[in-house]
Order: sequence, then C-alpha cells, then structure tokens
Amino acid sequence: MDAMPKWADVVLIPLISLILAAILSALVILAIGESPVEALKLMIEGALGSTYGWGYTLYYATNFIFTGLAVSIAFHARMFNIGGEGQAMLGGLGVALVCIYIPWPHWSLALLGGTVAAALFGAAWAAIPAFLQARRGSHIVITTIMFNFIAAALLNYLLIGLLKPKGSMEPATGKFPEATHLPSFQDMFSFGETALFRGAPANVSFFVAIAACFAVWALIWKTKLGYEIRAFGHSDSAAKYAGISPTKIIMIAMLISGGLAGMMAINNVQGEAERLVLNAVEGAGFIGIAVALMGRSHPFGVFLAAILFGFLYQGGAELALWTKIPREMIVVIQALVILFTGALDDMVRAPLERMFLAMRRKKGGAV
Amino acid sequence: MELLTILQIFDSTVRLAVPLLLACLAGLYSERAGIFDIGLEGKMLAAAFLSAAVAYTSGSAWVGLGAGIVASLALSAVHGLASITFRGNQLISGVAINFLAAGLTVVVAQSWFGQGGRTPQLAGAARFEPITLPFAETLRDVPVLGPIYYELISGHTALVYIALMFVPMTWWVLYRTRFGLRLRAVGENPAAVDTAGISVVGLRYVAVLICGILCGIAGAYLATALQASFVKDMSAGRGYIALAALIFAKWRPWYALYACLLFGFLQALALRPDVIETVLTFKVNAQLLDVLPYILTVIILAGFVGKAVPPRAGGEPYVKER
Repeated sequence: MDAMPKWADVVLIPLISLILAAILSALVILAIGESPVEALKLMIEGALGSTYGWGYTLYYATNFIFTGLAVSIAFHARMFNIGGEGQAMLGGLGVALVCIYIPWPHWSLALLGGTVAAALFGAAWAAIPAFLQARRGSHIVITTIMFNFIAAALLNYLLIGLLKPKGSMEPATGKFPEATHLPSFQDMFSFGETALFRGAPANVSFFVAIAACFAVWALIWKTKLGYEIRAFGHSDSAAKYAGISPTKIIMIAMLISGGLAGMMAINNVQGEAERLVLNAVEGAGFIGIAVALMGRSHPFGVFLAAILFGFLYQGGAELALWTKIPREMIVVIQALVILFTGALDDMVRAPLERMFLAMRRKKGGAV
Repeated sequence: MELLTILQIFDSTVRLAVPLLLACLAGLYSERAGIFDIGLEGKMLAAAFLSAAVAYTSGSAWVGLGAGIVASLALSAVHGLASITFRGNQLISGVAINFLAAGLTVVVAQSWFGQGGRTPQLAGAARFEPITLPFAETLRDVPVLGPIYYELISGHTALVYIALMFVPMTWWVLYRTRFGLRLRAVGENPAAVDTAGISVVGLRYVAVLICGILCGIAGAYLATALQASFVKDMSAGRGYIALAALIFAKWRPWYALYACLLFGFLQALALRPDVIETVLTFKVNAQLLDVLPYILTVIILAGFVGKAVPPRAGGEPYVKER
C-alpha cells in the first residue's frame, strides 16, 4: 500500500513545491528592492488581464506544451532528454525548408507539411543520442547536451550561409510565402468590429498542441507500446524479462520525444516569426524540463504547467518593461521549480508521507 | 610560419584551457565519488559574477577569488543536499543549478550595478596581473628557448600556475592517499565503503565541496584574470566542455590536462582564422572549430576510440541497507 493517497502525490506535492519556489522567488524580488505583491499584480494584469496578454500567454504555453510532452514521454521510459532545445532548433529548420521550398496551396496543408517536417527533423536529431544510449550505453544526458551545441552551430552555419537570402545582412531566412501563414487567434476569434487578441502571436498551433496532449495520453495509457514504455521505465530488467526490447523502447520513446520537441517549431517559426531566425527556441526546450516535472509527466499536468509557465513568461516580460526586475527573474523561478519539483522532491515528500502515515494510524488503529 | 605566431597560439591555448581544466578537475572529484555534476557551468558562472563584484568593491582580486569560491560552494551545498541528503536526481539538480546561476547572476548584477546585468570594468589590483617569472626578460634573446620561456611559460596570472599545480596534486591525492582510495571506492562501490565503517555521505559531501572550490577558482579566473569584468552568460558552455573533457580523459587527472589543452587549442585556433588559412591553405569554418569538442566527445562516447566507462555508482543515490 502506498504511504500517501494518490491525490496528495499528484496535486499536493507539486503545489507545495510550487509554493516553496514562489516564496524563494518573492525573497529574491524583495532582496533587489521591489515588492513581490506589486510584481505579482503586474504579472497577472499583463499576462491575463486582456485578450492581448492571453494571446502571448497561450503562445508561450503552446511552445512549452510541446517541449513538456517531449520531456515527459522520455521520462516515462526513464530517459532524461535534455536535448529538447536542439531538437526544437532542428524542427525549425524542417519547417523553414518546407515552407520556403514547397509551394503550398493553403495554410492547412502547409500546417500539415510543417508539422510533419518539424517532427521528422526533431526526431532525427534525437535519433543519434538514442541509438548511442541503446546500443553503446553512452549516457543520453551527455550526448543530448552535446547535440544542443552542435545544433546551434549547425543553424548558425546555415543561417549565415546557405539559407540567408542574397543581399541580406541578417542571419535569418527570408519571409515565408503568404500561403503558409497560420491563422492567429486574432484572425480566428475577432468578430466584426471587435478585434480580440490584437497583435498577439497565439495561433492555430495551440490546438495542435492540445491534440498532441490527447495523443500522448492515449499512447502512454491506452496502447501496448505505451504500456511497454512505462514497463521499461519502471524496471528495465523486468521489461527485458517480459520480452520487451530495450533498444526498441529507447529508440521509439526518444524519437517521439524528439519529434514532439521539434513540433514546437510550427508555433514559433511558422506561426509567429514566419521565418527562421537565430536562437528561435529561446530556451523553451529547457523549460520543457520544468513543465514535465511540475506536470508529473502526465499530459494534463503538462498542459496546466505549460499555461503556468506561459503566464510566467508573459508576466516576466511585463515586469521587465515596467519595473527594475529583469527578465532573467523568470529563469530563477524556472530553476527553483526544477529544483523543488525535481531534485528536492524527497524533501517535500518524506515529511508528507510521515504525516499521512500518522493520520492513518490514528484513524484505523493498526494498519 | 613564425615561431612567435606558434607561441602566441600556444600561449592562448594555455589561457583558454585553464578554466576548462579547473572545472574538469572539479567534475573529476565529484564524479569519482559517484555524484554526477552537470552544474559545473552554473557554479563557474556564479563564481565569476561574485568574484568580479567583490573584486570591484574591495579592489582586491584575491578577496574576489574568495567570494567566488563562496558562491560556488553555496551551489555545491545545494547540489549535495539534493543529491546526497535527499537522494534526488543528480542530473535534474545540476540543471536547476545551471539555471539558478544564469538567472540570479543577471538579476543581482542589475540590482547592484545597474549596467544591464554586468559588473563594471576591473582595473589594477582588482584583476589578476600576469607574473613575469625570474630571468624571463634577460633570457628573452636566447634563440628558441628564450622566447618559449618568455612568451609561453612566463607571463601568466597566478591562477594559471595554481591550476596547473592542481593536476599532479589531484593525481597524488587520488592515487597515493587513503582519502583518494576511499573517494574512488565510494564512486565504484559505496556499499563496500560503508561496510568498512567509513561514511559514504561524508566522503561524498567532501568531494562535492572540493568540486565547488575548484569551480569557484575557475569562475574567478574567467572574470578577474581572463577577462576584466563579469558579463551575462560569460561561462559560455565551458562547464559542458569541461564535462566533455572529463569523459575524454576517462576520469583521470593527467589525461584531463591533455584533453583540456586540446580543447583549449581548438578555442585558440578559432580566434585566429588567418593562421588556419595559411597553414591549411583553405578556410575552416569557425563554427566547426567551436563544436569540435562536442563532436569529439560524441565519437568517444560512441566507443569508436576506446570506451569511456564512468564510475560505476555514478548518479545513484546511496541507500544504506537496513
């Protein structure tokens, strides 16, 4: 029997970890001479107080859903995919190539093509580390870190060379053709005179992200493959004994993971920038780690955590605009969330478990 | 090519290899004790900031160095707490530390100095100055050996010589002392160490704290010796290159020196594209030189050039048998 009821594991522990991270963040804000309460008000106002703010919050959340799902799926196979950043960069490259070189008749087809290309490129970038882990036993964390750097250099090389339009000085591709433009929330939800989400970058890929949540949920909990992935994650020796091939599971889990991270590009590259620029991913691959840890690797949890981080990102931008708190404050909050929900999990869990055990003893006598 | 050009490149190889070497040896102590540490980068960055900030306000590079070590030790303590006491995931803890340092340094730098997340320029005693070794000036005109002594061996900051001394010291500690034997044992088979009545937790904490001190020196070197101020993200992936070097060296001190010199040499070459062009007669892409350490590491990891086997108990929290 578990020491704790399931709700405590799923809701209470992340919540307490989040509160601890929030308290420390508030202390940092206090220490640099700003008011945490004012800061929070400003963040809520800026990120959630208008459809414009929501448009940014959901745009960022879309990125984080993809990268969060990517990290989660790898977690289920007990792989730590730290390479979401590089895989998302490569996804961007895939999107850019199909958008520039294929004449799409309609945005819906372009979205489909972009999604497939992004997923393929992202998966390809995860394939080599996955293979080395599965066959050579080289640690996936180290190889994916190395591949992040290699991806950055590769894109740097391509964007100042082959992909840059003639005569341009900027390291970026040219603008994608009009037909690949994805409908933004402004295009979709504005009726007549009232323009909602004006100028905000949230776009149709938000719904692709939600679909991806459902797909991952179904894959992990409703299919044989998902069962095998979870079995392998719980105990690789037991899974091996049950006839599950470790190579196959590592490869498949990492390919899906890389594909999901790559798919982020339909949001930030095709949806927002409509061209490929340097550093398009902006750390979203790493935020996926925090999102997956916070969301307990469950798609619904990932969705909620991604919205939370979308809020933090947009709110943080507002803070940087109106107060002396720099944008990097978000990185601090992100670090604290990773620390408390990931590394210091036991610090929160152990006392809680003791508490629940004591409560149960009181209620039912000897258990 | 002239002797002087070669010497200049070797000279900057040494300069650039030193922070890698310090971080690499830091990782060596930690990982040999069974604690993976991908937070080298963050610790260096935090140390770089605090050492520059304190060196600026106190006017002394040595006081700055102390402050840098303190900053790095604080993060080490967090890592120890998470991965030894609370048996958390060491990799996740390292990731958190890297982000914590990346964020906090800029937030605090902005609050203290208001210069967009950097410290003011350091000058005079707030920086480590190059030391001219004895007779360097007089021997300068001796053919071949004179310039080598003057350009390459003499004229570095104190931290460079300290870092180089750490290599034989680490070798001696690791292979010739009781502590070193225990340290290596705790990374291979902590249960055996425990059975011998030696504290696994204690040993691992010591290893993690040594790692903090070395990362602190590495960070201080970046901000107060190699450059003359802290700038945002100035560690620039060196912590990861150091990890790569550690794997390259297969967790051995002398090989760590060679690996770091190799990676430092690549970085030094990347700064002199003109030299590469004259030697190879064609242009080598700067990005390629930048990522060569990473590519080499992946190849090593793939086991094509001898297998790199990490300490066996690495990454596993130790749970005492009840």
